[in-house]
Amino acid sequence: MKKIKVSLYYPASEVTKPITYHLIKDFDLQINILHADISLNKEGKLVIDIIGDDGNIEAGLKYIEDQGIKYKLFTKSLIWQENECVHCGACTAVCPSGALGMDRQSWNLTFDKEKCMVCELCVKACPLNVMCVSI
Amino acid sequence: MGYKSFDEINEKIKSGKAVVATADEIIDIVAEKGVKQAAKEVDVVTTATFGPMCSSGVFINFGHSDPPIRMAKVWLNDVPAYAGIAAVDAYIGATEVSEAAGGTYGGAHVIEDLIAGKDIKLYAESYGTDCYPRKDITTYINKSNVNQAFMFNPRNAYQNYSAATNTSDKTLYTYLGTLLPNCGNVSYSTSGQLSPLLNDPNYRTIGIGTRVFIGGAQGYVAWEGTQHNPGQKRGENGVPMGGAGTLALIGDIKQMDTRFVRAAIYEKYGISLFVGIGIPIPVLDEEMLIQTAVKDKDIFTNIYDYSVPSRSRPALRTVSYEELRSGFVELNGRKVPTAPMSSLKKAREIAELLKQQIRNGEFLVSQPVASLPSENQPNSLDVRGTENEKD
Repeated sequence: MKKIKVSLYYPASEVTKPITYHLIKDFDLQINILHADISLNKEGKLVIDIIGDDGNIEAGLKYIEDQGIKYKLFTKSLIWQENECVHCGACTAVCPSGALGMDRQSWNLTFDKEKCMVCELCVKACPLNVMCVSI
Repeated sequence: MGYKSFDEINEKIKSGKAVVATADEIIDIVAEKGVKQAAKEVDVVTTATFGPMCSSGVFINFGHSDPPIRMAKVWLNDVPAYAGIAAVDAYIGATEVSEAAGGTYGGAHVIEDLIAGKDIKLYAESYGTDCYPRKDITTYINKSNVNQAFMFNPRNAYQNYSAATNTSDKTLYTYLGTLLPNCGNVSYSTSGQLSPLLNDPNYRTIGIGTRVFIGGAQGYVAWEGTQHNPGQKRGENGVPMGGAGTLALIGDIKQMDTRFVRAAIYEKYGISLFVGIGIPIPVLDEEMLIQTAVKDKDIFTNIYDYSVPSRSRPALRTVSYEELRSGFVELNGRKVPTAPMSSLKKAREIAELLKQQIRNGEFLVSQPVASLPSENQPNSLDVRGTENEKD
């Protein structure tokens, strides 16, 4: 079993296709939607985790491409330089995935790597510049 | 119970017998023991805050070179400092931007680097005088080789502050962080029930001359802060419902620690400085104790719409800090996520450290030599000129 994170870019003409249904049904893949921006007659974006066998993932990605939808694998990851952080919380204001949050007891910043979509909004929002992205 | 004087409390501190609690802890102590008993037992309550405070800066005296120079213009690591005072005095303000590095480095970074003990490039120019013949100088300074280097912050420790949101369809970049379109978030900046002036709302113990923890050093309240506005609308508990009192603070940066002073950059807004401040409040009597036991649920502020580019922005609703701290506030029937801009974790660290310093007899409370003003009439700036009158 393998897990990948991928962004799907839908042309306006393809947003009606039930892509995730087929990935689950036909390729035996687990799909977790992290972010969805899909509207009728508009270009759309979906960010998903895909879990499954190597072969099934490969076939699933080929299926996505065959449907006229471009995809991009996540290769970067966010690095939180915790030692330099003052835990102010400014980054949590912009985090769309809920990966960055405040612990309501200790008021420590918390970072859930699994939820992170590497959108990089926090990189600029952090006043101390402690967020960066691995190349 | 009777009244405990500043002197009596200091005698207890000196003999290592003072009972000290943070402004968080005092809430539970009062709940458990009641006001009477708690006021009898507890001598000092420590308060603190760690937030971005733009109105901060450092006065430096560089000492005289040979031949000497009457510095007319000064740059520190390419950041302009104000030199319109005596020959080798200058003031580096936190928000000043580097002429070489632009918005990525500024006065706040110079201050943090000075406190860290780093060398700072000093470049100064002069027109030369009979008594100060040198016309320019390039050298390096640090906190050990300058004479005085003291922080003098005209406005710190705001007593309460607005919360911010954005009803427009564009992202806004502000000193309260990034505000997402269509009320996508609400930001706020306070340590709430731990905040110094929210625990002494009528400035009974905090006044001119009060000894404070500032950036790791022992400093003092020098004056009322700029925009000090004690006349702000107050709740039944006397706590202001928006920005009210402020403090002008002074402290020796040679005694400071970068754990408590950090440079900050706000995207598309500018540079600011996180300053860690702690103020001990002597429990003079029951009334003082009740005020230090204030809770987030009894402290209110207003959420303002920062998309209105005007001095008087519309307030969308009044909200308690308990609700803001819960992670969501209700706005127009929707649950909107909230985000803090000042670090409660660091504020707690400072309140705890100050508590230990007082317990160890290292930090005494001080009676103000004069009170902060308790009333005022805030002025605004009317535009009376026509455009481009500079020339």
